[in-house]
Amino acid sequence: MKYSKKVQTRKNVRDNSLKQTKKQTKIAGGDFIDKLHAYRDLHAHALFSSLGRIVAEPFNSIMTISVLAIAISFVSGFHILAVNIQQLAGHIEASNQMSLFLRDDVSDVHATKLAESIRQNISVQNVKLITREEAAAEFQTYSGFGAAINELEKNPLPIVLQVLPKKSLEDRRGLEALQKEFQQSPEVDVAQMDLQWIERLHSIISIVTLFTSLLNILLGAAVLLIIGNTVRIELHNRREEVVIEKLVGATNSFIRRPFLYAGFWIGFISGVSAWFIVTVLMLIVRQGIERLSDLYGGSFHLLFLSLTDTLALITISSLLGILASWVVISYQMHSTKLK
Amino acid sequence: MINFDAVTKRYPETGDVLRNVSFHLRKGEIAFLTGHSGAGKSTLLRLITAMERSSRGRVILDGQDLGLAKEHQLPFIRRKMGVIYQDYKLLYDRTVFDNIALPLIIAGYGHHEVTRRVRAALDKVNLTGKEKKYPLALSGGEQQRVGIARAVVNKPPIIIADEPTGNLDPELSAEIMILFEQFQQVGVTVLIASHDISLITQLNHRVLKLDHGQLVAS
Repeated sequence: MKYSKKVQTRKNVRDNSLKQTKKQTKIAGGDFIDKLHAYRDLHAHALFSSLGRIVAEPFNSIMTISVLAIAISFVSGFHILAVNIQQLAGHIEASNQMSLFLRDDVSDVHATKLAESIRQNISVQNVKLITREEAAAEFQTYSGFGAAINELEKNPLPIVLQVLPKKSLEDRRGLEALQKEFQQSPEVDVAQMDLQWIERLHSIISIVTLFTSLLNILLGAAVLLIIGNTVRIELHNRREEVVIEKLVGATNSFIRRPFLYAGFWIGFISGVSAWFIVTVLMLIVRQGIERLSDLYGGSFHLLFLSLTDTLALITISSLLGILASWVVISYQMHSTKLK
Repeated sequence: MINFDAVTKRYPETGDVLRNVSFHLRKGEIAFLTGHSGAGKSTLLRLITAMERSSRGRVILDGQDLGLAKEHQLPFIRRKMGVIYQDYKLLYDRTVFDNIALPLIIAGYGHHEVTRRVRAALDKVNLTGKEKKYPLALSGGEQQRVGIARAVVNKPPIIIADEPTGNLDPELSAEIMILFEQFQQVGVTVLIASHDISLITQLNHRVLKLDHGQLVAS
């Protein structure tokens, strides 16, 4: 009984193998186009299966991606802050103009005479006198503290002479000498070059920009580490699969590919989420900022992430994802564990 | 096809696991590898499948010295052999079809070729119609046959089997042995590690016997 069954099986197997040989001779070999398609399919499969894995574990994925999205939105938030501050500073043009703030005891008549005498100076192109009243009116219009100044008994603002020197901005020495000359005259309390405070403002902005760039590098490193760790855990969970693939002849690049795509997806989704977070935050603060801008003459409009910024944000976070997984997988494959 | 030339494998912890082992399996030859547990069977298989390198001596596979092979060449050497494991080593989150297709996909075969070859392999191991099932829905014997189909789907010149009948009843074991003989008849070199003495004596093939790391019969 047992023997006959064995013979039967043997016969089946032989028939099957005969069938198979016939089939093989009928459709032999795969052509080049087929292989090219196979390569494309391999990438497409890795692309979608890695996305599928992220979706299949929503809780873990949402946690990781939220942390990354917050870190990336800090980076883009700092960037958009810097862009807006630069825009604000850009409205203030550097000029060679000087402001002479006169002492309190100088009268309008005396000031007019002084302005006249300065106008005679060969280095001076023009002088404009701003009286206390004019200054107060300007302050009321533009500062937003108009009511406050009405409360005061006495106008605290000094008379100002706006001097436009003939010397150009490039001649710093000449301008500084002129400033010193004005400073020495007894009627002048403070001789201020407009240039100076603009330079100060710009140096403050450049320090702030440098600081935010440094913070961005740190946050970029954090993003790399988080993605790297996520991919490391993923690799750990799929160790069995990797070992089997290796046993049946998978190259390192074959094994690496789905993990690189996983890194890409994590980076990409985090980048898109970060864009969303930043845009929502900016929509929330926009109204307040525009109202403030109106109070100062309304020349400032809040800048959002531009199309280029958005593309750069998403591209960089995707690339960071790929880089992080590449580093982790390559390291793990070279360590003895997966050999 | 498989040539061991005075091969010694030493581990720092356990000392010599294989000592001065030499044998030659020709193309189309079938042999059993036997011996008590711990005799070095698994180590010998790991040397053939290039998962380990010998400490001394040379392992030559299809004319290629594995000791001299570069790391990046190893995947291509492994594609020359189909390996069958006692614990099947299947991917349980993929269908039977996908499991069997894995070596073909890794080797970069196109969709049509993959489908054709997987069908042929399924046919060969009598699993036609089960390609959409998951391994856990199959019996032990069926899972083992999925493992065999995966090992032969790429038509490798060498088949290595590590205790392929370990979990199977005698009838299924006999069936699987017939399959191996089938492959041998078309020129495939087959090496089967087993300690199933009754099966070995019944089939009267060449036997390589390991004892404490030394080859005592070949």
